[in-house]
Amino acid sequence: MNWISNYVRPRINSIFSRREVPENLWTKCPECGTMLFHRELTDNLNVCTNCDHHMAITPRERFKALFDGGAFAEVEVPAPVVDPLQFRDQKRYPDRMKAAQKGSGETEAMLVAQGEMGRTPVVAAAQDFSFMGGSMGMYVGNAIIAAAQRAVEAKAPLILFSAAGGARMQEGILSLMQMPRTTVAVEMLKEAGLPYIVVLTHPTTGGVTASYAMLGDVHIAEPNALICFAGPRVIEQTIREKLPEGFQRAEYLLDHGMLDRVTPRKDMREELITITRMLLGLSPAIKGDLPPPKPEQAEDGPQGTEEAPAEEPQDAVEPKTA
Amino acid sequence: MNYLEFEKPLAEIEGKAEELRAMARADEGMDVTAEAAGLDQKAKAMLVDLYKKLTPWQKCQVARHPDRPHCKDYIEALFSEYTPLAGDRNFADDHAVMGGLARLGDTPVVVIGHEKGHDTKTRIERNFGMARPEGYRKAIRLMDLADRFNLPVITLVDTPGAYPGKGAEERGQSEAIARATEKCLQIGVPLISAVIGEGGSGGAVAFATANRVVMLEHSIYSVISPEGCASILWKDAEKMREAAEALRLTAQDLSKLGVIDRIVSEPVGGAQRDRATTIASVGKTLETLLADLKAKSRDDLVKERRSKFLQIGQTGLAA
Repeated sequence: MNWISNYVRPRINSIFSRREVPENLWTKCPECGTMLFHRELTDNLNVCTNCDHHMAITPRERFKALFDGGAFAEVEVPAPVVDPLQFRDQKRYPDRMKAAQKGSGETEAMLVAQGEMGRTPVVAAAQDFSFMGGSMGMYVGNAIIAAAQRAVEAKAPLILFSAAGGARMQEGILSLMQMPRTTVAVEMLKEAGLPYIVVLTHPTTGGVTASYAMLGDVHIAEPNALICFAGPRVIEQTIREKLPEGFQRAEYLLDHGMLDRVTPRKDMREELITITRMLLGLSPAIKGDLPPPKPEQAEDGPQGTEEAPAEEPQDAVEPKTA
Repeated sequence: MNYLEFEKPLAEIEGKAEELRAMARADEGMDVTAEAAGLDQKAKAMLVDLYKKLTPWQKCQVARHPDRPHCKDYIEALFSEYTPLAGDRNFADDHAVMGGLARLGDTPVVVIGHEKGHDTKTRIERNFGMARPEGYRKAIRLMDLADRFNLPVITLVDTPGAYPGKGAEERGQSEAIARATEKCLQIGVPLISAVIGEGGSGGAVAFATANRVVMLEHSIYSVISPEGCASILWKDAEKMREAAEALRLTAQDLSKLGVIDRIVSEPVGGAQRDRATTIASVGKTLETLLADLKAKSRDDLVKERRSKFLQIGQTGLAA
């Protein structure tokens, strides 16, 4: 029609819409700077396709990739007392909680689920670093206890993905008390003779590292994950000395004997299946993505007839063996 | 006497009384007895008053007071035949952690504690009471020994926290703390813990996951130091007063939260003003608690300890 509607307005619109697109659909790898398309990134489990940098992944996304066919049942976690200390720093603790809940869509910093992994019934717990730094308070403690109890009931191994800045300061001494509480949970698994495998992801620090994250039968870390008690900044301030390259990273801990393995995320599921099945004395697993267990299996799966996984898969799995 | 910042008005009065007496000694004709006694009385009233309503931050200062009795003082005064046992059998002996066999009354026990040191030389030697992995591993070894020979374990907690150093991290600080906490939960003998000064974070938990945890009246026990908390949450380390308040780290708050079992009173003006009385009260409490736990079976001790920690935190301060 005229110059304004045909030329100027579309240009203006395109400038604004162009700005929005990259934010939603593209992610810049913080390590190498490559722009990654969202679908490509999700398919690669939030690992940069260019430099293999492992970015954070939510517990839900992780469980979708871990369990057969992405199917799992959430394990209920007993709700703790809200704001037990009536804690207030620059903000009130309940307000911080609400903001974190709104931002993540989750109730708290840990998700517990039960399902099958390579037709092996397991209980898994994953910590969410995006929820108040994954910090360990009463809820996370309750979650780990609930996970251990469920694993004992189901005679299933527990796989725990850790990620946390440490204890949740807003719960003061009660957050500190999660160190012994979660250790009791680990004891329950040990007494029941069940494997407890810890996958340490970036970052796992403070009281979390100094309790359940370092008490596993097997410790596996994701590449380059920061794993420590006191963080590098605190140490630099204390000893006034530059720390070596790669200090407190997964590979460094592997060299210092604190970990069994460092395993890329894409291989994690297969490795967890292999290890748990050997620890449980089961036959080798069928490799590859498996469809979700059949409904009736899903129900009594956890109680686990141990032979079932070895027999079942033939018809169920064929289409997708890797 | 080392006066704390909030004790300054008291220091002035006590100083004046001292000055008067010094003048009287110099000049025979002067009689200051009545005046000095008046000042003494004023000082005494002020001390009672100050210590009646200590703020959480003031309690932190008292808990860290350099003249407060430390682990070594308790061991020397309360236990007989103390026989230190050293080393983690892997790397070193950590001097920040004292430990060994001793008798509490007639009962042979294993005693373990953090020692901060009392002057520059010993403080450096003791690393200011900050244990390294070797310290926790020594404690684990001693708890195992106690477990094998059926000896109760007494731990004395007084540490700013685990040592944030390069070597400590390389040698698995986290794992050492985790294993020590685990060991506390496993042993089938009575485990009693007394927080005598600072209960700093993971370094304290590693020793204090006990059947009974007692705290001195002006000691503190916290997930993080008020300074550390202030610099993280307030982005300003100078806000430690607010942080100390918010963290609920006093013995009184911890008792309300059900985290500790008993508070041991301190003499007026804090443990640093009357060390002997403080040590004796702690000793009396330890003996009472031990007598009560001695009768329990190994299984009961383990079970009771675990369920105690599982129960912690079921009610908040509001309840």
